[in-house]
Amino acid sequence: MTPVTGTPAAPAGGSSESAASGGDAPRSLPDDVLDDLTPEQLAAQWEEEKPPAAGPLANAASSLVVLGVGIGAMVLSIAMGLGTPSAPQPGLWPFIISCVMVALGLFQLIAGRHNRDAEKFTRMSAAPLTGLVSLAAMVALMPLIGFELPALVLCIIWMRFLGGETWRSTLLISTIVVAAFYGIFVLALGTSVPHLF
Amino acid sequence: MDFLNPVINGFAVVLEPTNLLYCLIGVVIGMLIGVLPGLGPAATIAILLPLTYNVEPVTAIIMLAGIFYGAQYGGTITSVLLRLPGEASSVVTVFDGYQMAKQGRAGTALGLASIGSFVGGTAAIIGLTFLAPVVASFALDFGPPEYTALAMLGILLVATISSGSKAKALVAAALGLLLASVGRDIFTGESRFTFGSLPLADGIDFVPIAMGIFGLGEILYNLEERHRAAKAPSKVANVWPSRKDLKQASGAIGRGSILGFFLGILPGGGATIASMASYAMEKKRAKQPERFGKGAPEGVAGPETANNAAATSSFIPLLTLGIPANATMALMFGALLIQGVTPGPQLVEQNPELFWGVVNSMYIGNILLLIMSLPLVGIFVKILRVRAAILAPVTALITLLGAYTINNSMFDVTLVVVFGIVGYLMKKFGFEPGPLVLAFVLGELLESSMRRSLLVFGGDPMGFFGRPISATLIVVFVLVAVLPGVRAMLAKRRASAAAEPAPAKIKEKV
Repeated sequence: MTPVTGTPAAPAGGSSESAASGGDAPRSLPDDVLDDLTPEQLAAQWEEEKPPAAGPLANAASSLVVLGVGIGAMVLSIAMGLGTPSAPQPGLWPFIISCVMVALGLFQLIAGRHNRDAEKFTRMSAAPLTGLVSLAAMVALMPLIGFELPALVLCIIWMRFLGGETWRSTLLISTIVVAAFYGIFVLALGTSVPHLF
Repeated sequence: MDFLNPVINGFAVVLEPTNLLYCLIGVVIGMLIGVLPGLGPAATIAILLPLTYNVEPVTAIIMLAGIFYGAQYGGTITSVLLRLPGEASSVVTVFDGYQMAKQGRAGTALGLASIGSFVGGTAAIIGLTFLAPVVASFALDFGPPEYTALAMLGILLVATISSGSKAKALVAAALGLLLASVGRDIFTGESRFTFGSLPLADGIDFVPIAMGIFGLGEILYNLEERHRAAKAPSKVANVWPSRKDLKQASGAIGRGSILGFFLGILPGGGATIASMASYAMEKKRAKQPERFGKGAPEGVAGPETANNAAATSSFIPLLTLGIPANATMALMFGALLIQGVTPGPQLVEQNPELFWGVVNSMYIGNILLLIMSLPLVGIFVKILRVRAAILAPVTALITLLGAYTINNSMFDVTLVVVFGIVGYLMKKFGFEPGPLVLAFVLGELLESSMRRSLLVFGGDPMGFFGRPISATLIVVFVLVAVLPGVRAMLAKRRASAAAEPAPAKIKEKV
């Protein structure tokens, strides 16, 4: 049976270097050891395999973003006019929510310092970033040259470089996928998705 | 017998070929995404929302519902065979299911799970059939104050029961409410937070938000979550459990049905909590609890029954009160709104075809799923060979092209990508996306009913306490909001009282 590995388990809160090296050397327990784990041990192991937790800085940063959004919305709501509860102006409701948001942001900033629920950005985070850039490029190019070529490039990037497929299966499957999308969205459904051919 | 007439008419709706076809499509997709680890039912439903634009409301909801409860069946397969839970609600199935597979009883485990799922699902539909009209007729008297309290309680419960930090989940909910207020103010007609942008004046559409935050956000997040190599498992034989196994598991199935049904109705409850509660209950009740974790059939049958029962019964609050009980139901709510149907107590009366069509389609869906998971289970086991690396770009492309088809505009596609970034970052920083989407769909209802109530009460918030139902709901709201903080503070005080006097007081803000 396949062990539940392949997840880099860097020690939580370790330096970025140890996190990075953890990505290259997944800890793999022998199969028979894994097979004899009790539910509690199994749960503990899943916990261990989770990506490393981010430190207090990440909490501070996210809390500040929340505070920023809250205060911004508060200012804009006041500008819209608050009115009274019996005769409210448009700003009253957003004002109430933004007050709650500011309170929660402050609470999180102070009380959430030691929370470990945020994840650290590791070398693995390059994958979503690459994915995002390719998606953004596709959105930019679609109106100009249609969806087929950008979609093909996107498939190749995601399969070969993010997914580690072989070149052979990447090229074969990407072509089939794009052809299938062409068949469904252009030929069968007749949608107006921008297309080149 | 008058009561049964619309129920029977509902069957006529289900048996229309289109609806049957969409039911089949829904449960097959649900089963597939249940088998494939990664994308959950909420993300899948979000990605497929554009598909529902061109079909009848009842057809659309039949398909989306099929995805939801189908995923509960499919999630079992990977739990048992690979010890990789396909869905969050199948995590506890791993403990005993995988041990059974190791003992060469994988078929028995899967068979028990699907029979349990079928019984649990069907029992919950019957419960739904009788309970939903009662709740709906009770709720017909609800006015704006009751809806204000109910919506607030629903959002709070979903936020506090979520897995991560409660404060962060509440932040997500507040953000959802803020996003919902973008656009024209319904009472005065003035623009809010539009920054002069014309497309924003009508407010932000629900579909791009859901597709971005749930769909694309999850796809991006999974890119990082390494591709777990799933070796194709050994052949599964003998999925028909023996009479002895069935007898041993029947108690667990019965208890799981009831427990799951009730946990599913509660806001914030749902399949995941139901499966965990059922596992805990079976272990506690067992004469030899040490068998659990070593391949006890009850440990598979109970949770799998409960998660299906809960998945079905969580439709009750949505279809009778118009309050979604969890994030997936929030997506259904959004899908119904797109179709011009507002879920609420009047739905049973005014739209019986829709209501009973959806409810009765679940019988058909469960039968289809039973067929797929007993005789046809081998096909779905083969699907495990499809690698995540291939699936990810396909789902991403479906999302982008699907978003384009909503309004044939690139604006929506861009919006989806932007909300995809938001969703990814939220997950990364520990903010649950569920409460955001739920609060977003309830935002307008909450604001308008709160403002209407305040108009009625002449601006006095104390008016909420003048009506018995809204007063009760508000009291529950305050209790849910304050209790965890008080309890944490008491625990801290007790701990620090032992070590040193004068504990630091932290004021709980909710």
